[in-house]
Amino acid sequence: MASRAGTMQGRIGTDDPVQASCEVLARRREGAYWLLSIACPSIAERAKPGQFVNIAVGGFGTLLRRPFSIARVSKQGVAAGTVDVVFDAHGPGTDWLTTVSVHDVVDVVGPLGTPFPLPQRKVACLLVGGGYGVAPLLYLAEELTRKGLRVDMIVGAASQERILSQIEAKRLTASVTFTTDDGSYGVHGRVTDVLEEVVENCHSGVVYACGPNPMLRAVSERCKEMKLPVQVAVEEHMACGIGVCFTCVMPMRQKDGTVRMKRSCIDGPVFNGARIAWEATRFDVGPPLLVEPEEAEAPPEVRPSEADLWGES
Amino acid sequence: MTDVRRIEAGQAPRDDADAGRDAAVDLSTVLAGVELPNPILTASGCFASGPEIDRFYDVEQLGAIVVKSITLEPREGLPTPRMAETPSGMLNAIGLQNPGIDAWLDNDLPWLQGKGARVVASIAGKTVADFREVARRLRHRAGIVAIEVNLSCPNVDHRGLVFACSPTASAEVITAVRREVDVPVLAKLTSDVTDVVSVAQAVVDAGAHGLTLINTVLGMSIDPDTGRPALSNGYGGLSGPAIRPIAIRNVHQVHQALPETPILGCGGVRDVTDVVQFLRAGASAVSVGTTTFVDPFAGQRLIAELRRWMAERGITSVSELIGAVHPWT
Repeated sequence: MASRAGTMQGRIGTDDPVQASCEVLARRREGAYWLLSIACPSIAERAKPGQFVNIAVGGFGTLLRRPFSIARVSKQGVAAGTVDVVFDAHGPGTDWLTTVSVHDVVDVVGPLGTPFPLPQRKVACLLVGGGYGVAPLLYLAEELTRKGLRVDMIVGAASQERILSQIEAKRLTASVTFTTDDGSYGVHGRVTDVLEEVVENCHSGVVYACGPNPMLRAVSERCKEMKLPVQVAVEEHMACGIGVCFTCVMPMRQKDGTVRMKRSCIDGPVFNGARIAWEATRFDVGPPLLVEPEEAEAPPEVRPSEADLWGES
Repeated sequence: MTDVRRIEAGQAPRDDADAGRDAAVDLSTVLAGVELPNPILTASGCFASGPEIDRFYDVEQLGAIVVKSITLEPREGLPTPRMAETPSGMLNAIGLQNPGIDAWLDNDLPWLQGKGARVVASIAGKTVADFREVARRLRHRAGIVAIEVNLSCPNVDHRGLVFACSPTASAEVITAVRREVDVPVLAKLTSDVTDVVSVAQAVVDAGAHGLTLINTVLGMSIDPDTGRPALSNGYGGLSGPAIRPIAIRNVHQVHQALPETPILGCGGVRDVTDVVQFLRAGASAVSVGTTTFVDPFAGQRLIAELRRWMAERGITSVSELIGAVHPWT
């Protein structure tokens, strides 16, 4: 494999993926997650929202690359040719990636996968992200906004510290609704608890979602009921990322009603959420969150005096 | 920005100064009577049918392409999870997902023929009759240079036991396939047997022109917290560098016992030195599998590396290496 930063192997003048040795430009915490910024001109110029890169990792006994959704690319300006990914450290490969330093060289294959399809006509777009699944949606939000489309967002997480890029989400969208499982920020509940209301208020005509598969299932099923087009970027165990190993399949319902196993790495990761045969997967929506209704505080019986309000002066 | 070394599609990276010396190396080899321009092949199930890797380089450069196993009927395969990473390897249980022989002949083969690739068609089946019918439909097809019989399939007529674990069952399949084919037949064997040589002998007696050694090694991984197997199927095939020494041993053992039988070596090939090990153990060519998952250019890279490795040592022909393993005493 190529090792000097800046080398790349691949076809010229196509959108085909390449293999590149990329210098690490930044590696830092991004809230509860990690952000890795790498110099990858050949990948940056080919990338589209929803695609991913496959990064070779070190560490004890690791063999396979790790796939990461592209969170941002810079095609122009001083940072031209950079690719950002956001990830959670939850295994030996991602743990290793938190230890790379600026100027280190990482081996990257990309861009891979089928990107989010963009609307051909004017429509309000609702982006629903869970956890670090928000990252590729911010990249999508930029593209949609550039096309002059209205973008609204629902951002969900387990708790406040696991909400990614609150400020960025607000900056890129017409509205953002936050939900947390524990009620520590925004609406106490799940993204699907506010979905219908947001769709109604924002006149959303299409939903894009990225996050844990159980969330994508819940969003897809709600959208199907509402007859709202829904595109989801799924996450499934992947060995190759390039379409040859057939490990990352999702069951997709075909027009003739049959279910076919489609590769998340090449046919996806973006799929029509309404056509995924979720009942044939291991991804359960799970029980609804038990949210205790907050008791309305009784109004005070007597009006407070100036002294009560401001203290004795 | 640092310099970008652009490598044109179809060209392996090379240094012009060494071009002359490299040109003196003849990488061609003969596998079961089939002449191949070089000994680097793909491993079945690790290359789909070709177009996926052709996005990276021209796949007809490979010695031959061993395609993903084809069955009589289309198969959607097993539910996920189908894969688990293990130390220096991975487990998989895909369940032979493939479009079925008819769709494969209509869609996949014409693409390979258009590329001018040499195709080794891997076939699989639940019964002897299945294997035979798939082999029959592969007759008189341009581009197919050999058939590899994937004997690591459960035999539904015999309590689901894997064909490759029984010399008799393996021989029955090979006999049936031999009746139909017009190209050499390779029998792909498993290491999960007490005596691989007896299975090898049985399939050679049944008419196999050569052997592919080895298929994945049956393994298991369990999530310590949930207590669930890592794969939906429970057991899966172990591949990658973890199984390389097992594969080398199998090739050597069979080559010692059956020196006239051509062998396609397979299991954990990552670098050129692994290719050389397989050749020395007695393989006439090698299949590259799991490494393609990590390095999409693996096949192209290994061809260039082998040429360089041989040139640096003054070895001009692959045949000088085949079976060249020297005892200590």
